[in-house]
Amino acid sequence: MASAATLFLIIVACLLAPLYAQYIAGTDPFRPHLDETVSIDGRTLDILQPADNPLHLGSAPLGPTWHAAYFLGADGQGRDVAARLLYGGRNSLLIAGAATLLCLFLAAIVGIVAGFMGGVTDQILSRLLDILWAFPVYLLAISLSVVLISQGLHIGPFTIEADSLLLPIAIIGIVYVPYAARPVRGLVLGLARSDFVLAAVALGVPNRRILARDILPNVASTLLVFAPLIMALNLLTESALSFLQIGVQPPAASWGTIIADGQTLIYTSPIVAIAPGVAIVITVLALNVLGDGLRDALDPRAKLRVRS
Amino acid sequence: MACGTLWTHVPSCAYAHEQKVFASFFQERRPRAAAFALIRLLLQRLGQMAFVMFGISVLVFLIFFATPGADPAARIAGRNATPQVLAAVRHDFGFDRPIPVQYALMMKRLFITQDLTSFVNRGEQVIPEIVAGTPVTLSLVLGAAVLWVAGGLAIGITAALTRGTFTDRALMVAGLIGVSMPVFWVGAMANLITQSRLHNTWLFAWVPPLGYTPLTENPFLWLKSLLIPWLTLALLYMGLYGRVLRASLIEAYQEDFIRTARAKGLSETRILLRHALRTSLITFVSLFGLDFGALVGGGALLTEVVFDLQGVGKLTFDALQNLDLPVIMATVMYASFFVVAANAAVDVAYALLDPRVSTRSV
Repeated sequence: MASAATLFLIIVACLLAPLYAQYIAGTDPFRPHLDETVSIDGRTLDILQPADNPLHLGSAPLGPTWHAAYFLGADGQGRDVAARLLYGGRNSLLIAGAATLLCLFLAAIVGIVAGFMGGVTDQILSRLLDILWAFPVYLLAISLSVVLISQGLHIGPFTIEADSLLLPIAIIGIVYVPYAARPVRGLVLGLARSDFVLAAVALGVPNRRILARDILPNVASTLLVFAPLIMALNLLTESALSFLQIGVQPPAASWGTIIADGQTLIYTSPIVAIAPGVAIVITVLALNVLGDGLRDALDPRAKLRVRS
Repeated sequence: MACGTLWTHVPSCAYAHEQKVFASFFQERRPRAAAFALIRLLLQRLGQMAFVMFGISVLVFLIFFATPGADPAARIAGRNATPQVLAAVRHDFGFDRPIPVQYALMMKRLFITQDLTSFVNRGEQVIPEIVAGTPVTLSLVLGAAVLWVAGGLAIGITAALTRGTFTDRALMVAGLIGVSMPVFWVGAMANLITQSRLHNTWLFAWVPPLGYTPLTENPFLWLKSLLIPWLTLALLYMGLYGRVLRASLIEAYQEDFIRTARAKGLSETRILLRHALRTSLITFVSLFGLDFGALVGGGALLTEVVFDLQGVGKLTFDALQNLDLPVIMATVMYASFFVVAANAAVDVAYALLDPRVSTRSV
């Protein structure tokens, strides 16, 4: 499982971000370093160097030094790109991971309730899922983000600040619910009519026990297969929202915000945009490969066909 | 965007009923009854579409105007609005009236009178801006769709025919990488290469500066300015479509009718084009409907931002930068309605395409 190993390495590296910033790079990646210098191999370099044009107008950030300090160079505010990359990865992975759990949790509840209860409950939930399903994911995410990030969320005594990571987690966790809930509903619908559940009902086993012993274990393997694939989508969605500046709010970083920073420096310091992009591609690719592998191993397709 | 890996898991029997009715239309002995069934189906689909559109419009309205704990007037007026502007917004949107009235008022201003105005850019009419951006977005999306379908067909067929070889494996890995890339990053990389690093070589010297030229003004420049954005968008989906097509082609080759066709002595080309590909295209088309929506709603927006194309997506992005909520709400509403309508059209095409619908057990 090379993909699982890759993911593990990326997660560990991102978790160690504070150690890296403090002890290896020796810099604060959340504060501008506009007029400072850094010493590499005994030479003292400006972090923001005079631009490479005849009049020396403006400035260009330090390129990759390939040393401990400013390994990948500096961004437009003189901050260490490598350190920000690790901190950004922490946020990106945290948001994508937590949103995946939220999404699967909601999808399991909605899918099981709709599939098992049937009748009016199923009708209402299915129509709601239809609406969410037809609503383009990014437009829904943009609508929710722009409203919540402009003022935060205040419900009664609870207040979530506008720059809290909980907002992107909740938004991204919600938008993909129908993608998982619809197959789960179909699966549960088939299971509810299957012989072993009918037998349990005939024996007078309480619903609670049927759900726990017969339905949940079957749904769990489907959810397990969905997890990496949904997380891959979440990671891409998070980076897109952050790129549009309605995800993670500055000075905090995520891979999406670093690409947005790098977008303005794309011709002078392309590394700022290249590095987080490569990180996203590797992580999402590993998740997709992992998802494919899990699917082949657990073969939920056969189970999903119960519906037809 | 790039959500297809997941969609391939979703059972495609959501519209099984329609398929049956369509099939009866073609096979029914009594044409009049069949025609009635077809009309009933179309009406049913229209009703479904209207219901979903209504649901989306209510959802959007509630998100923008009824999120608890904050003043929607303050959101709409933008940052640092004066009390006069706030009062004007309250009056303009009827915030002193009940929510259903506000909803009706909003829908009227969006779709009937079309006189919704922005408060951040004082007095700017929103709907004409969306209309002005539409040709740009449509040019981008349709061109990319043509490229991605053509590329997907080429990749899928090549991979299925060279199954198990190095070519097959390389194409499949490339496809997976394509789905795993953020589109705005690919766009930024394409700009880096074609606008800067390799711009002075023969390969990319033809690439014009970023921006859009209307087709009616200069067709050749239109094509040149859109080619790189088209390729960027298509790159993400091509590989995915290739993967899906390969899988269903391989499945089709194991079906009985292929054996029959071989036994009849048909050429391999004819078997591929007339028999295997035709059934495989069904998956392809249904996936296309879903991704087309995702493309209009997400991928196109990000691509327009990166390539500085003044379409509906760029309009939304600019509005996001200064929190111009009426503009965002209007673009979201129009774009999702377009996507819902496009999906309905694809469903109908899907039902018409499948020759096996009547025999498939549902």
